[in-house]
Amino acid sequence: MIWNEEFECMPLDELKKVQSNYLEKLVDYVYANNEVYRARLDQVGIKPGSITDISQIVKLPFTTKMDMRDYYPYGLFSAKREDIREIHVSSGTTGNPTLVGYTKEDIQLWSTVMARTLCCAGAEPGDIIQIAYGYGLFTGGLGFHYGALEAGLTILPMSSGQTKRQLKIMQDFKPRILGCTPSYALYMADEARELGIDPRDSSWEIGIFGAEPWSDSMRNEIEDTWDIMATDVYGLSEIIGPGVSQECTYKDGLHIFSDVFYPEIIDPDTGEQVAEGEDGELVITTLTKQGIPLLRYRTRDIVSMTNEKCRCGRTSPRVSKIKGRTDDMIVVRGINVFPSQIEHVLLGIEGTCPHYQIVIDRAAHKLDQVEIMVEVDQQLFSDEIKKLNEMSARIKKEIEGVLSIGVKVKLVEPKTIERSMGKSQRVIDKRNL
Amino acid sequence: MRISQISVFLENRQGRLYDACSLLGEKGINIRALTIAETESFGVLRIVVDKTDDALELLRYNGFTANITEVVAVEVSDKPGGLAELLKLLSDNDINVEYMYGFVEKSTDKALLVFRFENTDAAQDVLVKNNIRIANNQDIQGL
Repeated sequence: MIWNEEFECMPLDELKKVQSNYLEKLVDYVYANNEVYRARLDQVGIKPGSITDISQIVKLPFTTKMDMRDYYPYGLFSAKREDIREIHVSSGTTGNPTLVGYTKEDIQLWSTVMARTLCCAGAEPGDIIQIAYGYGLFTGGLGFHYGALEAGLTILPMSSGQTKRQLKIMQDFKPRILGCTPSYALYMADEARELGIDPRDSSWEIGIFGAEPWSDSMRNEIEDTWDIMATDVYGLSEIIGPGVSQECTYKDGLHIFSDVFYPEIIDPDTGEQVAEGEDGELVITTLTKQGIPLLRYRTRDIVSMTNEKCRCGRTSPRVSKIKGRTDDMIVVRGINVFPSQIEHVLLGIEGTCPHYQIVIDRAAHKLDQVEIMVEVDQQLFSDEIKKLNEMSARIKKEIEGVLSIGVKVKLVEPKTIERSMGKSQRVIDKRNL
Repeated sequence: MRISQISVFLENRQGRLYDACSLLGEKGINIRALTIAETESFGVLRIVVDKTDDALELLRYNGFTANITEVVAVEVSDKPGGLAELLKLLSDNDINVEYMYGFVEKSTDKALLVFRFENTDAAQDVLVKNNIRIANNQDIQGL
């Protein structure tokens, strides 16, 4: 079903009117309530009332991830702190984490877009959904939870991990829908086989997979393994969490809920919008958010977008799967990892030099593995294995503390990490994304 | 009274031990004693050579991570129980051995063993007090 036919199937000219109306109110709202935006709008000569049409959005300043960190925690909030009802935090890089706050109305918005997301994937009210995204500060679990409540689904709030239990609950309650990361879906299949369960006999018919990049070949593998329809969900905590865009059952691009999250595709170097269908950086303006509304937020995800009406009947533009990043961020098991985080840790440990390489692999058991190769220089080196192992364990512990995921640390000889053009190649991604 | 050991970091990769040893051989540096400690992913080569300074420079110049470690070369009677006797003495005096290994060559009827102690000073005191002969750098070079 289509959860909100009025907006999801609205003719584009009418949609523009809705967007224009929202944008005008948004500019007035942030101007009145947020100092950072007021100063930036003043700088480009924009006053309340001067934006009346969505096409004028190009006059507005961009917001970046760096802004989120610089104004941590509350600098970009437009709502009063006491009106914030929920806070989510995503792991930060070297500095501050990214914090987002939701007012009661924002939670309602999130519920609505996630209800749309679930229905877009093929859910029907009354279906049972197994939510195996992490609950907590991460937006995945609760985002799905709110959407499922709104859409009238029966929720199994599993959170991530505890695979045996996930499988037992699946067998006992026969949920039709599964939400988790794509790599976890494959991991669970291995575990199922070990327990003598044929994954193709599972009750799941629809999978809503996201929080990490995955390819069409991985989709085929998941669909074959579980005998399931695997759909892609996209979101980022800065915008709302999951619920920004979702594939419909035709799996031909992700429908972005553009009446509330206005998308632009820009050339990351010039900042200019690119022609429809061309690759560029996805920029999103949250047209109706209250807690922490963002003007032209640069996602750093490279995608393309089409406005062509979809066979499912929705007019909302369709965004491609992520084709790349404008920065060096990598996503591992749903966690954002920046090489600079690892560099920062190494610089903080006496005796290590910031010569490292991150190797990411999706091994036979399907969960992404991170191996950090650290060059051993004269300072770090000891003739005692015990001390080298201690150093390696310390590096591992500190990196895990910053990244919140398990890593392997391997000590390597100096200069074994390839340097290209004088700079080492920091990340080797062996996953077939 | 101590001798200098060169410790070299080696990744567990084919040919790395060969690389290090052939480098020394080409420059006429003789290895007197050698041991390798290994873990799953890396190893540490420990060697005593005749020309320590040259060897260290050579290894570092060729990209190896190498350090000097002060160790003690101790003469032990080359007879059954000879080592046990020495270890008992060390143990009775609370001296911890980090690792040890033997020399390739022998001087007379004594075996020469390299010891890396947790506390080298304390170990040396005990050895000297008990009239255990300790080899110095000249002894090693003269082997």
